[in-house]
Amino acid sequence: MGGTDAKDILGLPKTPLSLSLTQEKKSRPQKESHRKPDGISREVYALTGGVAPLMPSIDVTQLKRRPPADEKVAWQWLPFTSSARKDALQLYHWVRVVNNVPPTGDYSFAKYNKSVVILKYTDEEYENHLTDPVWTKEETDQLFEFCQNFDLRFVVIADRFPVSRTVEELKDRYYSVNRALLRARAQSPADVANHPLMKEPYDITRDRERKRALSMVLSQSRHQEKKDAEILAEAKRITEMRLAARRAEEPVVSANENAGLDKADGVVPGSSVSPSSNSQLPATAVAPSTLTMADYASTLASLRMLHVYLRTYGLEQMVQAASSAVGLRTIKRVEQTLQDLGVNLKPKVPTKTVCDEHLELRKEILTLLNLQKQLQYKESEGSSHREGSFAAMPDTPKDRVFASDPFSFGAERPIKKEQKRKGPGRQADTPSPAHKRPRKMKASDL
Amino acid sequence: MTSSSSSKKQAQDQPETSEPTLKSLKTKMTKSDEKKKLKDIEISVPIVYGNVAFWLGKKASEYQSHKWAVYVRGATNEDISVVVKKVVFQLHSSFNNPTRVIEEPPFEVSESGWGEFEIAMTLHFHSDVCDKPLSLYHHLKLYPEDESGPLTMKKPVVVESYDEIVFPDPSESFLARVQNHLALTFPRLPSGYNLPAPMQVDDTGKKKRGDTKDHSLGQWFTSFSEADELLQLAAARQQVQAHIAKLRRQISVLEGQNQTIKTGSDL
Repeated sequence: MGGTDAKDILGLPKTPLSLSLTQEKKSRPQKESHRKPDGISREVYALTGGVAPLMPSIDVTQLKRRPPADEKVAWQWLPFTSSARKDALQLYHWVRVVNNVPPTGDYSFAKYNKSVVILKYTDEEYENHLTDPVWTKEETDQLFEFCQNFDLRFVVIADRFPVSRTVEELKDRYYSVNRALLRARAQSPADVANHPLMKEPYDITRDRERKRALSMVLSQSRHQEKKDAEILAEAKRITEMRLAARRAEEPVVSANENAGLDKADGVVPGSSVSPSSNSQLPATAVAPSTLTMADYASTLASLRMLHVYLRTYGLEQMVQAASSAVGLRTIKRVEQTLQDLGVNLKPKVPTKTVCDEHLELRKEILTLLNLQKQLQYKESEGSSHREGSFAAMPDTPKDRVFASDPFSFGAERPIKKEQKRKGPGRQADTPSPAHKRPRKMKASDL
Repeated sequence: MTSSSSSKKQAQDQPETSEPTLKSLKTKMTKSDEKKKLKDIEISVPIVYGNVAFWLGKKASEYQSHKWAVYVRGATNEDISVVVKKVVFQLHSSFNNPTRVIEEPPFEVSESGWGEFEIAMTLHFHSDVCDKPLSLYHHLKLYPEDESGPLTMKKPVVVESYDEIVFPDPSESFLARVQNHLALTFPRLPSGYNLPAPMQVDDTGKKKRGDTKDHSLGQWFTSFSEADELLQLAAARQQVQAHIAKLRRQISVLEGQNQTIKTGSDL
């Protein structure tokens, strides 16, 4: 095997030392492919992957076989005839003669002389069934003669036809004549109904259309090909998204979603000093939450599809759905807040109530962080009105709201703790420090 | 009939996505009501899985330093074989027959060894419960967290995890079979939803008891209670809600201030 060869070259031991340390030496299953077949060299066999092919293409035993020693082989220049020829022409060729006995039998390639069966019609039949406004009898006769000679190779026939006709026209005439003949000669219509020509009649318009489309595809430039592929991928994505959205079994949510999306589009970020900005800010706070409602619904739906799942897995999925609309920084802040509150990031006893409560807590923390952001911007707006040139931002991030003391549940009232923090609620007339961060509001931060 | 459609879904391996979408296209009012009924019904089986490992002390050799047992049990030590048909434990490949199939409760594997590795436990359920198996993963722990302390033969190292197996849309036959069983939490059925009475199986004395209440390692089992966690969560939520309210008040105050400033500066 190639593995041992490589190890040999590198000077590594063939059996790993660690094997001796394992509990049990497992018996290596004897695979038959380890033993290469005779007749071909080892390297050649390894090229095939070292495993015998399912259907051996070469009979390996024949490869190195030598002809039996008792045979006397000579080659002779002998005449032959072929049953495929109508004349009695005698040609010559080399023949392998064994023990002075020349081979018997027909020329070996005679059996390949096959031709198509072309129907022949009488004049009477032509008069009764086969007349056509566009085709004369001479033309039709000529067509059939060509079909016989050229084995239905319509391209060649079209080339040689005296009257210039397209391939499709020739085909159409030929097949319709055949169909009419079959119908006329048949005992009953049912007999011919299974004939391939009757079951799938030649349709000239479809053929023309198909060839046109094919030539268009073939003549497409590479650029166009790429564009087509892109469009198809886009269409596939859109249909998949639509399917996923439809699977969320809440008809009400889709209406909310649209409203939320519209509002989110309408909000112009940036602290524009316009009266409408105040009304738009609450909308941005609302929009993310309506989007996640659809996420929850689709997550629930996909969980139901599983038929069985672990509750921890279910919680994970729901948390992911909640975090899908927010940035990584916010997710980290949520987790930090949970830790500060003394709550396990993953519940130790994940019962249904515990998981539901956990999820609700996470949602509330998200709302909290939202509100904090809003407050910051409100403050900066307020101070910008007063100070004009540079606007103010409260200095430290309000992330670690609960960080000052670890909270013990039940005992202490939260109100006391607020006094220790740098309160966000400052009086309007205190000077605020200059801000360093840009004031542009990013929707992804919410 | 909603019950027949839910059992039909149970029987099929591939859920038909076309079916729910077709349903949603029909009259929304009645369909959403029916869906509400089905959505609320879920059966959950609380389980605990993990390992208990004893140091062999004087009898320890280099390759067999610990004797350990890995298992899946009901969280309240009830018999989970009502739901679980068999559990396949996949041990490390260095073990003899690393794939252990346990078809009867208690679902556990006891071995001796020296190494810690991940064990995959695949739970296979009865055919009327679920066709798909569910996998759990547990890292076998032999050595205590505190690496500096001496090893003792008396107290084992125990690592257990609590989880719940959720069946979001149980079939009617499943529901009928397991009603009143202590190993799982049975959902509250909507009013008027009647289940056939379960078949009385005479197993007194014939079958081995499947619960783990009297298990030999029972004294080491952890008892998981949701009370502590719930308390923690409730307190946290309370704080967050209070803070939210405060922020909202502050924001509205600021908004009012901003408005007056603006109207003032327009002069």
